Amino acid sequence: MNTTWSRFNITAIVLGFSFLYLPIVLLVVFSFNASKLVTVWGGFSTKWYVSMFHNQGLMDAAWVTIRVGLVSATVATVLGTLGALALTRYTRFRGRVLFSGMIFAPLVMPDVITGLSLLLLFVAVNLDRGMLTVILAHITFTMCFVAVVVQSRLLTFDRSLEEAAMDLGAPPVRTFFQVTLPVIMPAIVSGWMLAFTLSLDDLVVASFASGPGATTLPMKIYSQVRLGVTPEINAACTILIAIVAVGVLTASVVNKRREVQRRRDEQAAQRG
Amino acid sequence: MANDDVSRIDATLVPPAERLGLVGLGAAIVSRLVIIVPYIWLLFFFLVPFAIVFKISLSQTAIAIPPYTPTLDFSDGFAGFIGALKELSFDNYVWLTQDPLYFYAYVSSVSIAAISTVLTLLVGYPIAYGMARAPASLRPTLLMLVILPFWTSFLIRVYAWIGILKPEGLLNQFLLSVGVISEPLIILNTYAAIFIGIVYSYLPFMILPLYASLEKMDYSLIEAAKDLGCPPTAAFWKITFPLSLPGVIAGCLLVFIPAVGEFVIPDLLGGSQTLMIGKTLWNEFFANRDWPVSSAVAVILLLILIVPIVFFQQAQARAQEQGR
Repeated sequence: MNTTWSRFNITAIVLGFSFLYLPIVLLVVFSFNASKLVTVWGGFSTKWYVSMFHNQGLMDAAWVTIRVGLVSATVATVLGTLGALALTRYTRFRGRVLFSGMIFAPLVMPDVITGLSLLLLFVAVNLDRGMLTVILAHITFTMCFVAVVVQSRLLTFDRSLEEAAMDLGAPPVRTFFQVTLPVIMPAIVSGWMLAFTLSLDDLVVASFASGPGATTLPMKIYSQVRLGVTPEINAACTILIAIVAVGVLTASVVNKRREVQRRRDEQAAQRG
Repeated sequence: MANDDVSRIDATLVPPAERLGLVGLGAAIVSRLVIIVPYIWLLFFFLVPFAIVFKISLSQTAIAIPPYTPTLDFSDGFAGFIGALKELSFDNYVWLTQDPLYFYAYVSSVSIAAISTVLTLLVGYPIAYGMARAPASLRPTLLMLVILPFWTSFLIRVYAWIGILKPEGLLNQFLLSVGVISEPLIILNTYAAIFIGIVYSYLPFMILPLYASLEKMDYSLIEAAKDLGCPPTAAFWKITFPLSLPGVIAGCLLVFIPAVGEFVIPDLLGGSQTLMIGKTLWNEFFANRDWPVSSAVAVILLLILIVPIVFFQQAQARAQEQGR
């Protein structure tokens, strides 16, 4: 391989990753700043974490966000997995083009349009705005992300496994739960995590769909940022980043272990 | 052991036709449900709302709850419905064409999104290329590192830039101390800040499809071109870039379409001086409480985006067919 090219590659990667990570690192560092001025270093302190945990509004919002995220991610995972099965297993049914359009379009649809249209639906059917409407809205746009993640796994799925199970007399539903589901499980889990973080993250759709008493954490952070940047927000953001980082790293370690285990099993099986 | 074998044989001795009778019926119902449940959900929560947005965009603003008129009310029967239909008008759209503010907002949104998409491609391509050429053992880690910021909150990542770009922020502190500039640069609350925000936030969306198509590429093609005396730049434009085109298209659409309607970035980084349609829609709705006009703004935004969205959907469907 040409050395100038690989030097170029390494430079590109180093610069690119510094660009991606530097803002997040700075945000975390300045959450431990003793000074109230967010960008002037005044010594190390954890006082913003203490004051954040005493900020009742922020804590309430965090609790709402977690509940919304858990419920919406779970329902979205079920619906999204069904959608992925429908797309990959049934190549021909009435309205399939519309269906795949409705799966892919929300991935790129601007939030303001999704939010406004869902709000107008809730008003039209006289549904009081609150946590339920935020959950319904989040299910709707996150299920499409789940569907895409699960679908990509289903496309590489070896269908002869299912055929073998059915030939041995397993009914289709049982085949699905005992053969298909375990194989696509990692994709379903990462789909759930994606749906959960998207829900945790969403400001615009939640602002439209939410009503009094259902302020989510991003809505709270947004309204505080508009009033002025404080280290307390940095602290709240750092905790969110930590939660997500720990979750993602755990998932990848678990996945890797399972992969290693699977390879070991396969080798054992080959040896007889 | 012997019993076991017998029962296994028994299971296969059952005539397949009989098994299929009952099982087939169950399977038919299940397969219907697999399609129908997500289908109905998306129809009701994704498609029907657009019809409602369109209907309300033809209504008039009113001081009422909900703040528009007419509301569709079926208590008066069919005559009331027809009466309500007659009250609908295109006034809001006429209004949008009369106030140049809206026109400028659309034009600036599309051009900001287009410029940011090109910038994201320029920043993302070398990174994706470097990743695709990295040692195979390193690639999963690099991929993980690109995806990880995507898992952290969008709002937080945009917020982090406020502290960097402020006049007394970290970038200016750094540049002043190094001596590159003698007075702080004004970046926050300008279009430059919006470009930085969009490139930063959407970079993983660009890198992932680019990486996917570059990683699949057969690099012996480049070596063959080099052996035949083709200079590296020409080899890039004649081989690498055309082969990565599906990734380029997917990445650009993933950045461009949501960027046109972006709200958080222009609101937090662009300040009050910059104009983008997502912000206009938000203000019409939350500040002016003008639901019909914000609906009309949304309908026109959707019309602008419908072509790229259909294009994106077809590209996705094609990729799916190839993966089959």
